[in-house]
Amino acid sequence: MKGLSRDRLWSVLVLLPSVLLLAVFVYGFIGRTVAVSLTDWGNDPAQALALNPVIRPVGLANYQELFTGFLQVRFRQELVNTLFFTVFFIAGTLGLGLALALLLDRNPRGEGLWRTIFLFPMSLSFIVTGTIWRWMLQPQGGLNQFPAVLGLPPGRFEWLSSTASIWGLDWNRVPLLTAAVVALALGVVAWRAARAGNRTRTLVAGACALVLLGWAVFVGPNVQLLPAPEIHGFNLALIGIILAAVWQMSGYTMALYLAGLRGIPEELREAARVDGANEVGLYRHVVFPLLSPITLSAMIILGHISLKIFDLVYAMTGPDNTYTSVPALNMYLTSFRQNQFALGAAIGTILLILVAFVIVPYLSSAFRREEGHA
Amino acid sequence: MTVSLAKKTALLAAALAVTSSASAAGKLEIFSWWSGDEGPALDALIKLYRQKYPSVTVDNATVSGGAGTNAKAVLKTRMLGGTPPDSFQVHAGQELIGTWVVANRMEDLSGLFRTEGWSKVYPKDLVTLLSARGGIWSVPVNVHRSNVMWYNPAKLKTWGVTPPKTWNEFLTTCAALKRKGVAAPLVMGENWTQQHLWESVMIGTLGAQGWQDLWSGKTKFTDPKVVQGFTTFGRVLDCANKDASGLSWQQASDRIVDGTSAFNVMGDWAAGYFTTTKKLRAGTGFGWAASPGTSGTFVMLADSFGLPKGAKNRAEALNWLRVLGSKAGQDAFNPLKGSIAARTDSDLSKYNTYSRSAAADWRKDRIVGSLVHGAVAPESFMSAFGAVIDQFVASRNAQAAANAAGQLATRSGIGR
Repeated sequence: MKGLSRDRLWSVLVLLPSVLLLAVFVYGFIGRTVAVSLTDWGNDPAQALALNPVIRPVGLANYQELFTGFLQVRFRQELVNTLFFTVFFIAGTLGLGLALALLLDRNPRGEGLWRTIFLFPMSLSFIVTGTIWRWMLQPQGGLNQFPAVLGLPPGRFEWLSSTASIWGLDWNRVPLLTAAVVALALGVVAWRAARAGNRTRTLVAGACALVLLGWAVFVGPNVQLLPAPEIHGFNLALIGIILAAVWQMSGYTMALYLAGLRGIPEELREAARVDGANEVGLYRHVVFPLLSPITLSAMIILGHISLKIFDLVYAMTGPDNTYTSVPALNMYLTSFRQNQFALGAAIGTILLILVAFVIVPYLSSAFRREEGHA
Repeated sequence: MTVSLAKKTALLAAALAVTSSASAAGKLEIFSWWSGDEGPALDALIKLYRQKYPSVTVDNATVSGGAGTNAKAVLKTRMLGGTPPDSFQVHAGQELIGTWVVANRMEDLSGLFRTEGWSKVYPKDLVTLLSARGGIWSVPVNVHRSNVMWYNPAKLKTWGVTPPKTWNEFLTTCAALKRKGVAAPLVMGENWTQQHLWESVMIGTLGAQGWQDLWSGKTKFTDPKVVQGFTTFGRVLDCANKDASGLSWQQASDRIVDGTSAFNVMGDWAAGYFTTTKKLRAGTGFGWAASPGTSGTFVMLADSFGLPKGAKNRAEALNWLRVLGSKAGQDAFNPLKGSIAARTDSDLSKYNTYSRSAAADWRKDRIVGSLVHGAVAPESFMSAFGAVIDQFVASRNAQAAANAAGQLATRSGIGR
């Protein structure tokens, strides 16, 4: 114990409370939720709220129910909704944020004022944003009335109430597609490893990709998760929610990008100009590559916001609209309205895993970078 | 200096007064979701209670939010945490029975019903709905009717149609209205109002007895008659507005007033909205009829109060229930709430035109419970049933919807 100096003792003492609190209230409760998700708590209404409920372990039955159960169509639609929501929300927020930042970077007049205006939506909570946008997206008011101001016929788009969906996909095809996509990703890894001259990595990744591809081609088409085809697609009513979410968060990405743009030394730009780059080339070859770490961190933040989103949807279309529902909403309803605590815990666990998919690669890359610098 | 001293003494005296009065007499905590428009009706009841038991401090623990969605979540936390309120509001019937009675968390009130003689003044069908497992579990304070079809009499006259008597007749009327350029003869709103409509269509198709058999498990959801009901529901939906999920029930009712649509199936709180908010006269400004195929049937929902096991002030809570069930209590509450008394001996002169007609039906009609408003199915069924209806609205597959509802019923223990 050579390191137990006064300093070290102090640091341990100061950190101990938060470590203990984290251990109990974050990791302890995550563990408890996962444990509950492996039981049948709530499947029998008589036991759900009893004083001393009888709870039996059932393994992964709740997860199986969610992905293949006849009654859990809603959950599967929500997963598809989350996918589309995440893609459009991140793309929209990054795009708009970058555009605003590029405009402000040209030092327009009243820049401080514009910055405040663009950043302002972020100071609202999603509940407030949702309420405002619900008013604006009323079928017979708000945005649809806008053309009438210019003397045109009012719009007919059912922003939040549409039940139409596009890009439908049979849920039975999901395993096949997942295998194909992962195989493709592994193939890319193998190819890059081969170019870098890393033989073991090339072989392992390549073999895995081949196995998955083989599975997708020969076994995948015969996998039948559900007795009948079940089509899930991008519900058009989600567009309204995506609009509101992009409005709320694009100020944040603007601030990030603006900081990044201001951090690029003028010498670099001048050097590029001396080398003969025009404005477009300057952005393409100098500015954007320097902004890519910012894009990555923004994607991580936005990605986990969009996976966990609850309040915005609740405020805009209510808890019972299955066309725009998201897993977090379903988790709340399943646990606290249907009293199916185990099933709710299972949905929560799936959400955690989804968020982990986004966060963990980022954390590991961040750690690696830190080690590299040390 | 002297001022602050005087203030302190006054504060101290006030604090002492509060604590002494609280400790000298009993306390009662009432948990409900009646706020806003419904607040005055609850206040009238509390006032009546205070007159009878002046020494009791009443704590009105209201958690606002339509139909109690927020209140129910708070209630669950409190019950599971071991601090139940002394008496809490719940929709009468299976919403209470399927959630709290099966979990053995409620006290049986049949003794109270016996001593107060309530079994004689409440309709028999109602007492049946409140009973399960050999007990009676809550005291209903009001009754609303769910199967009412609202219309605009002046508009119907211009269009030359009358309120249809059966759903088949409704479809004919609908076609006639569409020919006259009414795009959506029927107006409906967000998800729960669609379930509300489904309920009326199903009862109109199956009949009152068929509806009861469905919930007692005698008729399966996969029965051809139920599938037929879903098919009819699908055809009725073809007459409805496309932007339904964006409308509250009030916004849907507005379309009756302005003549965009001809009919709306909604509970009789719509009467309160028409008279109080829209300043319309019953009978001329707005009209009503039993929803098609359900005349002679009163589809009811009721707000009621129960007594949780382990209530801290049990005696006061029992007195509260006595006030709720009494004639004076119900006649103080209901005219303000816009509902009718669950008792059949209430003083009709206190009520408005619509309520008088509903009360007359309440005394002679066959009474069955509403699904959407918690009378016939437990929360676990109801809450998931919305997804079944949503899916049906999208796919129009009657057999699949019936199968899904059947599985849901099995899971929630309906008919067990």
